[in-house]
Amino acid sequence: MSSFHTLSLTELAQGLRARRFSSVEVTGSFLERIERHQGTLNAFISITREAALAQAAAADRALAQGTGGVLTGVPIAHKDIFCTEGVRTTCGSRMLDNFVSPYDATVVSRLKAAGAVTLGKTNMDEFAMGSSNETSFYGPVKNPWNTALVPGGSSGGSAAAVAARLAPAATATDTGGSIRQPAALCGVTGVKPTYGRVSRYGMIAFASSLDQGGIICASAADAALVLREMAGFDPKDSTSVDAPVPDYVGELGRPLKGLKIGLLKEFFEKGLDRAVEQRIREALAIYEELGAQLTEVSLPHLPLSVPVYYVVAPAECSSNLARFDGVRFGHRCENPRDLQDLYRRSRGEGFGPEVKRRIMTGTYVLSAGYYDAYYLKAQRVRALINEDFIRAFKSVDVLIGPTTPTPAFELGAKTSDPITMYLNDIYTIGANLAGLPGASIPCGFVGELPVGLQVVGPHFSEARVLQVADAFQRQTDWHTRVPKAFA
Amino acid sequence: MSAWETVIGLEIHAQLSTRSKIFSGSATRYGAPPNAQANLVDLGYPGVLPVLNAEAVRMAVKLGLALGAKIAPHSVFARKNYFYPDLPKGYQISQYELPIVAHGALEIVLEDGSAKRIGVTRAHLEEDAGKSLHEGLPGVTGIDLNRAGTPLIEIVSEPDLRSAKEAVAYMKKVHTLVRYLEICDGNMQEGSFRCDANVSVRKSGAEKFGTRAEIKNLNSFRFVERAINYEVERQIELIESGGKVVQETRLYDPDKGETRSMRSKEEANDYRYFPDPDLLPVELDAAFIDSVRKGLPELPDQKAARFVKDYGLSAYDAGVLTASREYAEYYERVVSVVPESPKLAANLVTGELAAALNRDNLEIGASRIDAGALGGLVKRIADATISGKIAKEVFEAMWTEGLRADAVIESRGLKQITDSGAIERVIDEVIAKNPGQLADYRGGKDKLFGFFVGQVMKATGGKANPAQLNELLKKKLAG
Repeated sequence: MSSFHTLSLTELAQGLRARRFSSVEVTGSFLERIERHQGTLNAFISITREAALAQAAAADRALAQGTGGVLTGVPIAHKDIFCTEGVRTTCGSRMLDNFVSPYDATVVSRLKAAGAVTLGKTNMDEFAMGSSNETSFYGPVKNPWNTALVPGGSSGGSAAAVAARLAPAATATDTGGSIRQPAALCGVTGVKPTYGRVSRYGMIAFASSLDQGGIICASAADAALVLREMAGFDPKDSTSVDAPVPDYVGELGRPLKGLKIGLLKEFFEKGLDRAVEQRIREALAIYEELGAQLTEVSLPHLPLSVPVYYVVAPAECSSNLARFDGVRFGHRCENPRDLQDLYRRSRGEGFGPEVKRRIMTGTYVLSAGYYDAYYLKAQRVRALINEDFIRAFKSVDVLIGPTTPTPAFELGAKTSDPITMYLNDIYTIGANLAGLPGASIPCGFVGELPVGLQVVGPHFSEARVLQVADAFQRQTDWHTRVPKAFA
Repeated sequence: MSAWETVIGLEIHAQLSTRSKIFSGSATRYGAPPNAQANLVDLGYPGVLPVLNAEAVRMAVKLGLALGAKIAPHSVFARKNYFYPDLPKGYQISQYELPIVAHGALEIVLEDGSAKRIGVTRAHLEEDAGKSLHEGLPGVTGIDLNRAGTPLIEIVSEPDLRSAKEAVAYMKKVHTLVRYLEICDGNMQEGSFRCDANVSVRKSGAEKFGTRAEIKNLNSFRFVERAINYEVERQIELIESGGKVVQETRLYDPDKGETRSMRSKEEANDYRYFPDPDLLPVELDAAFIDSVRKGLPELPDQKAARFVKDYGLSAYDAGVLTASREYAEYYERVVSVVPESPKLAANLVTGELAAALNRDNLEIGASRIDAGALGGLVKRIADATISGKIAKEVFEAMWTEGLRADAVIESRGLKQITDSGAIERVIDEVIAKNPGQLADYRGGKDKLFGFFVGQVMKATGGKANPAQLNELLKKKLAG
């Protein structure tokens, strides 16, 4: 059977447990697809064929003994921001081109414990800084729907891999939209949990107060299955929350009758592509048919989210990336003359231009005399945005709107103008600033390009967000569409 | 000198004696091979995160309560950003705007015996950095990160200190306190207790502070005193010769006995402090603070006051005896053997015993004479079996041979002569042998009294009871 890629992750997990096929077969089939399309899509930075097949063989033995877990034998990919023991972990940067992690991130070890097999590490924007995957040291990922277009970013490799069915699931991270935006642009389902729901331990930090690990799958049902294994308190991450993880899979399928959906006024104002808006309105009509009520809500401070984000995130990144100094790991320049030379050249050579831009911006906003005007003020506005959301969730259960203002754009179209690139995250950043869970699901096409529908819920409402996404997917088949070249 | 007033503030760094580091599970033992106690968190590896050690927080609260300070219900860890090879993350996690302890004070005793209150501005938790190694590594610098992440509490004083001596007295007081609280081993050679001194001078009577220099990393009381005195002189000379003190960081060179410039204010880092997003604020409730308060030991000042009141000691002796918890405990064990002679016990403990310990470079815990045995010696002085002078000889024998006081007195026949008849006989013999001196004495040379005392003591091997001897001799010499 060579059509494993046409099965959903849930079906693969069930088939493996029922021993209808082996993990070695499934894993081998996905590895073959990855290798076949790597030249076209560049979705992976590392393909761990041998280790994957060894893990698959071990999974098959466990399945034969009946000792497997929920995901035993299911192959998945990890965004190259997650540390993987014994496997190169680059974060998309020359700085870590030679870095083999000595340990597993908590997300990686939890998925391993659940039995998942690792296919490889997916391409990404350098240190997760980018919205198009063009800042990767390993070259851009191509959008499977049209390889002249970007897949979105920073989790572009994970989104493209799932869209082209090179993997049934790929882990991802979201600091300002890095799961939801590429999921939208690639026509797949991406879930960013509440800040603190998934451990950040072993996830290379970009902006610690915003970063959150999540998952990209074909459907919300698949995402629920994987997220249930990833989520939960981790004593190694002080910001992870010690609260029980609901059975996301078991909670699916509840009727939506009476669900109050808020439409963010600010999301439907200027900048939103007409055709994208049309797809969103059509999706909302389906929710109404399912018994949901629509209300317009306003978050007055939300338009400030992009400027706030581009103060807070660079500030944290400027400090988080200080450890890459050429002393203990990562890139070190040749023959440093002295300490200053070692620092300057190692960092100068190791980091790309977007990372440098953000380190410099962040250093500036934290410096004496500017801290109050930028960083402190941004944090105050961030608190106001959070209050806006909390107020909105007093009257609605979830907020629904577009994930991005436009479908995927051409490679190189926005690289010369960082601000235009930054504005691509205008609808997604708010959830990061407030730490809210959100998902993007495919809701139709503009031309041949997928459009993403965004669902955002109150803190720790992943079960509700997944229900709402899954209910839509029970009525539509957008999430099952695969670009022709990868069908 | 009196035209100038010195103003000093100290920043004391005390290493907290937790078993593991402040943000990682690595051990904090001193002296391990380089980098043997540095895990991925200490090395600042990609993706790792800090987790706060609760014991370090408890220790900081203990110190705050002992300083009579305000314990912050909400304190925040911040990042102090700068590049240095011994700082793996490129930032030090410290507390900046919201420290865990603020507004405390302690009292020091000045040379004239009066007390002075020294304000403690704040005390905050932070992690230590690693260290660079140069020895035996020609052409390169080694980095040892065993110390990186070791918990420190930085105790910042108000600029209330007015001389090097006051600074040392204050530092000693803090040293005593942290050891009483068992939050720091106080080992200065290993760097567990060290300070930075902010030093400035101003014209006597001036209100504005002068420009200060910060002398970094002083790790002995002697260095603190010398470095401050040198710096004060340097600043005065500089100003008097028309120069200006610049705000800068200076290093003390103990070999040359001078301070020299390390970096000026212009070269100083902009540390870009901001709250560490990897750590939640530390929230402490009243119940927790109360539970720590209940567990506090008797503090040095309280103990000293009790020694004055209960044992009738001078404030000075009480201060000396309470300088360390172990020392005070030893003294109280001696007193428990001879409850009727606490002053005599204090004299012996602060006199012979302290000298012997000092001579052999021993801590009180390693004393060659245990408290019970020393009590036995005190008893024999108190009951006049031996004189204070003979006691010194007995003490030495006890110290070197490990014998009990009674055994030494017995075997060496040191029992004091208190039999008046016996003493009189010796006096008579001495007078008979020295007719010339007797005549001179009787002729008005009172000073010769000492000569006769000496002769009698010599003849009795020092065993004559001094009081009896004085009385009898006076009578006999008078004729």
